[in-house]
Amino acid sequence: MKRKKKMKPCYTIAVTGLNAIDSPGPGVPVIRSLKEASSFDVRIIGLSYEALEPGIYMRNLVDKVYQVPYPSAGTDMMFERFRYIQSIEKIDFLFPNFDAELFNFIKLEQKLRDELGVRMVVPSLQQFESRNKVNLFEYGKNHGVKVPAATLVHSAREVSAKLVDMNFPIVVKGKFYDAKIAYTNEQAIQHFDKISAQWGLPVLLQEFIPGTELNVCGVGDGAGKLVGAVPMRKLYITDKGKAWAGVTISDKKLIDLTRKLVKETQWNGPFELEVMKTVDDKYYLIEINPRFPAWCYLTTGAGQNQVESVVNIGMGNDVTYFRKYETGKLFIRYAYDMIVNMNEFEQISINGEL
Amino acid sequence: MKLKKDIAISDSGFLFNPSSGDSYTANPIATEILKYMQSGFSNEQIIVSIMESYEVERSTIEKDLFDLESMLSNYKLTR
Amino acid sequence: MKKKEKKIYERPLIRPLNASISNKFGRRTEWLPLTHIDGIPVVDLINEFGSPLFVYSEKKIRDNFMMAKRAFETRYPKIQFAWSYKTCYLNAVCNVYHQMGSWAEVVSGFEYEKALQNGVPGDKIIFNGPDKSKHDLLLAMKNNTLIHIDHFDELYLLTELASSSKSKPRVAIRINMDTGVYPQWDRFGFNYENGQAWEAVNKILMNDALDLVGIHTHIGTFMMTPSAYAVATAKMTELAIQIKKKFNHIITYIDMGGGFASKNTLKGSYYAGADAVPDIGEYAEAITSALLNAGFDRNNLPFLYLETGRALVDDTGFLLGTVLANKRLADGRRATILDFGVNTLFTSFWYDHKISPAQEMGHYAEETILYGPLCMNIDVVRDAISLPPLKPGQHVVAQYVGAYNITQSMQFITFRPAVVMIDREGRSHLIRKRESLDYVQKNEILPSHLKKLNW
Repeated sequence: MKRKKKMKPCYTIAVTGLNAIDSPGPGVPVIRSLKEASSFDVRIIGLSYEALEPGIYMRNLVDKVYQVPYPSAGTDMMFERFRYIQSIEKIDFLFPNFDAELFNFIKLEQKLRDELGVRMVVPSLQQFESRNKVNLFEYGKNHGVKVPAATLVHSAREVSAKLVDMNFPIVVKGKFYDAKIAYTNEQAIQHFDKISAQWGLPVLLQEFIPGTELNVCGVGDGAGKLVGAVPMRKLYITDKGKAWAGVTISDKKLIDLTRKLVKETQWNGPFELEVMKTVDDKYYLIEINPRFPAWCYLTTGAGQNQVESVVNIGMGNDVTYFRKYETGKLFIRYAYDMIVNMNEFEQISINGEL
Repeated sequence: MKLKKDIAISDSGFLFNPSSGDSYTANPIATEILKYMQSGFSNEQIIVSIMESYEVERSTIEKDLFDLESMLSNYKLTR
Repeated sequence: MKKKEKKIYERPLIRPLNASISNKFGRRTEWLPLTHIDGIPVVDLINEFGSPLFVYSEKKIRDNFMMAKRAFETRYPKIQFAWSYKTCYLNAVCNVYHQMGSWAEVVSGFEYEKALQNGVPGDKIIFNGPDKSKHDLLLAMKNNTLIHIDHFDELYLLTELASSSKSKPRVAIRINMDTGVYPQWDRFGFNYENGQAWEAVNKILMNDALDLVGIHTHIGTFMMTPSAYAVATAKMTELAIQIKKKFNHIITYIDMGGGFASKNTLKGSYYAGADAVPDIGEYAEAITSALLNAGFDRNNLPFLYLETGRALVDDTGFLLGTVLANKRLADGRRATILDFGVNTLFTSFWYDHKISPAQEMGHYAEETILYGPLCMNIDVVRDAISLPPLKPGQHVVAQYVGAYNITQSMQFITFRPAVVMIDREGRSHLIRKRESLDYVQKNEILPSHLKKLNW
């Protein structure tokens, strides 16, 4: 006798990055994709760092929210908080969504799984470190991908010395954030001073690649296979350089490059590639973000619910490997004012739960 | 010292100042003191009440009350 | 009527919500009290030995050492540790290491004599550093000590002394190099990339006055990247193999120095030190795999010498102190004054030390500045720490203070505190007395014309 269609499981999934502000975290788009998953139902646990993260108050998207300690408080504190949350909830899966927290969550991965039953799909510490901006040039060399030539500098004297071998303009980049273009030696030193004062040493001097910036949102299955990849071109950016609108494009070369990189690095989990395409059709890798980007809901809209696939990888279910997506799908971000009662703010502030 | 009239204090220690839009959190003993202030207790009455229910020396609560008041006026929560 | 049971008092606190960047579930580390050290209540230690007070845990010292030893010995067969005296040269601490088989690594005549007096045989002392007097060198030669040459002037002087004494001192040269980590330490030893190191080797081996037994490097301090050690080890092994090829001379040991990070949080570091810092096994893996892959004759592997100090001893030391007073600063911030400051806890210049209350406290914390007792503006122990409200007379414990504080603390404005070691049976031993006026003035000489005061 043929069995009836199996009942869908219901997973409790925790998500960080609820800061849906003008430079948004990917938490809210991840939740929207989860809600649209066809292979499971979800109960969403939001994890917030600050009491004013908008996602906390989107009660149609999050079932319960807990405040969690900042990454700087250390992994012990985070684990203790999870132990508490797990005494109330039954979290099956966790989506870390911030670069700054990933380091700690990667370190906690095994402990969270073994002791609390919380699963994650995250890159290994080695994958995470080697794609770091300061190691990227080496990374590109190792994996046969073009990366703008770059060198690390630690003093203004070194800037001048290193510039002898470089052509202007160059990009001066901070260790974590910030990038400025310099056309002269003096400008480069000025930028170096500013950036090193704010973000510390070393500072990166990078070859400037003129061209069009393209982004890819994708997922690797940890065994070298690409689960999905959707390329996007930004159509409009904010003064902070964040995409405000973008469109899915077809670019076979870019997908091939993505597939190659995933195969080479055995990348595990979601990622975003930032790539420069030059006029003569060369692709330079600018950055790899080890998590979903804030625009990841576009992949769901274009026919690849990559977020759903990530959960299925983590839960050991059958995974859909996407081959197609719709081109010409746009995302246009908008701001929306919610009206919230003071007592909700009070609850999350005082009790750390809402 | 007198608290501004329209300050709202919840039992959980959450304070909201509607005239500035700022909110604050107070620990249980500060919440108790603030409620005494709202009901018009003098400093002497507050000190006596706290000493009745807590294990504390007079000099300590005097110093601490003075400190709390300086914080309250720093946050512009007093009249 | 029975008296009503009174509640436990806690200082009343209020703090703004929207202005604060930290939520109450963050930074909670510092709220957790540390009430006992190796089973002894902090308060008992302070009552017996005074405050402030340094406390070392002998058990922790031994445990850490065994862990490091295991990390290296399970990966490489020939390991020798040498205790870095400058990290902490209290004799009791040194001798715990010596009892466990650690040699001594010294960087001055003073430290050298200290090691000899502790009973370390001369041939188990490594004499490093740019400051070795003629007298020091002669003594070291006599004791068959390993002399690590830092610069050409020392090389010439030692060659001269050796030639006139007919003995052949055992030496190593110190080498600095580019390991991909900056700032590069190039002030000690001979540079690898510019050929200086090779020139020094040539000079020693052509001349035959000195016995070149080892090569030494120390790539930096508080190194967070184990891969730098892999690079350095590869360069060192390359040099050893070249020496064998050209001179048929075998280098018997490679000294990789120290510089492994401890669990402390460097100022400006985003992650808590305990999370960001590599495990000792990661350093061991980087160094030993480079050694094993270098292509040495398997039956004739060089010894690996290690001089790690901080990573072994930092978390074995505690500084116990007492709250002197509380203050409210002009801008509304809370300030707490402790009885130890930068004079005692010298490392607070570069670490955000973990400082915990020594008694159970409530869960409400307030952002606080911790000041030391000095009448000096620079005396700040922590410029921002979230702590429960502490009352005068209550105690705190600064953690991870075992490295460089005893040796660098200043006798400034007040006396340096006593030091206690808790042994493995949980007994406390005074290992250094608190300084006294007599001790501090012992070496002072008052000219006779200044003795008489006329009021």
